[in-house]
Amino acid sequence: MEEREEVKLLGVWYSPYAIRPKIALHLKSVEYDYVEEDLFGSKSELLLKSNPVHKKVPVLIHNSKPVCESLNIVEYIDETWNSSGQSILPSHPHDRALARFWSAFVDNKWFPALKLATITKSEDAKAKSMEEVEEGLLQLEDAFVSISKGKSFFGGEAIGFMDICLGSFLVLLKAMEELKGEKLLDESKTPSLCQWGGEFLSDETVKNVVPEIKKVAEFLRELEVRAQSAASRS
Amino acid sequence: MAEKEECVKLLGFWGSPFSRRVEMALKLKGVPYEYLEEDLPNKTSLLLELNPLHKKVPVLVHNDKVLPESHLILEYIDQTWKNNPILPHDPYEKAMARFWAKFIDEQILSLGFRSLVEAEKGREVAIEETQEMLMFLEKEVIGQDFFGGKTIGFLDMVAGSMIPFCLARLWEGLGIDMIPEETFPELNRWIKNLKQVEAVRECIPPRDKQVERMTKIAEKIMST
Repeated sequence: MEEREEVKLLGVWYSPYAIRPKIALHLKSVEYDYVEEDLFGSKSELLLKSNPVHKKVPVLIHNSKPVCESLNIVEYIDETWNSSGQSILPSHPHDRALARFWSAFVDNKWFPALKLATITKSEDAKAKSMEEVEEGLLQLEDAFVSISKGKSFFGGEAIGFMDICLGSFLVLLKAMEELKGEKLLDESKTPSLCQWGGEFLSDETVKNVVPEIKKVAEFLRELEVRAQSAASRS
Repeated sequence: MAEKEECVKLLGFWGSPFSRRVEMALKLKGVPYEYLEEDLPNKTSLLLELNPLHKKVPVLVHNDKVLPESHLILEYIDQTWKNNPILPHDPYEKAMARFWAKFIDEQILSLGFRSLVEAEKGREVAIEETQEMLMFLEKEVIGQDFFGGKTIGFLDMVAGSMIPFCLARLWEGLGIDMIPEETFPELNRWIKNLKQVEAVRECIPPRDKQVERMTKIAEKIMST
């Protein structure tokens, strides 16, 4: 009889980073226990023990061994359960490198610019960051067209690494669009990305994993209120 | 069977740890390559053409494929030339190597370089914070010759190029003893082991030149 593997995922429900390993685990049909970290409370003992360096979610614990950092976790899931489900990373070394390159671009350049644009009080800084965000989307549009080669996803016929990386931000993006009443993903500027976004969110696996846009929008509103009341008290 | 014509070019910079670690990997695997030195900060049109997004070294060109970013290049080299593997085979060990490599290039670089130079909370605090991070690495290499085990691997190349042969030169220039033997016996032992490896030795930037370069960069930051 096969021993049941212990797979635990520590996350927070709305975090794009936590969504990534969830999608990967579902793609590979791996059973796991999900542990929600208390967003506004203190960090759990398990989290502090499993990720002493950064103390952040998500963390995957597989048979008591912790793996940290969302994209690292996705690669680990792909390599560990490599005989089940589809391959998440491309097989050719150069294609793998490209997938990692664009993921690094999203995480290190594009999303930080978006984050800055949202939280900064300076109009100048906001305008500059938004410019970076828009330019980044155009670059991602080009990357998508070149990598997908006419198929629905960066990964081709099925969802792959880069889809998971960028796709995990889609619900947050749409929630922000709802909150601000401004379009971030514009069909006239990035038509292929918009189509990809629709395909990604309606995918069978993704649909059951990502949070509802409405809930995230409500949550963002709550965060703003908290930030404002904290600022007025200080 | 005739061997396919391989053409490997590396655009690099003598003082860059990111560039040097790629050379370590190519040398370890015995891959012949043409090295093109960038005269930074004067970037060549070739560099700007090959890496338009980030405009940085290193860039590897393998036949018609172009790759920027040292971590990506190291993984690509490992998957393409399978002798002397540099990444662990086990998925968990691999994930750990990638985690620590990111930690070095982000946390350690940021604390051990910029934060130290800017010293907003004072030099002593910056040193303490850097040493706290280095202690994580000290624990990772206990009882092993290298982070990779008995032979050098991906993490040794990342850490080696960054810490002893780049950051340590800055610390020297600033008169800081960041990794004293009594506090970091394992890291010191690891550095000694590293210097015995030919592929590493050939990729150590000349010491005085590197100290001068790092000190100059620090002075520039401090003056702005």
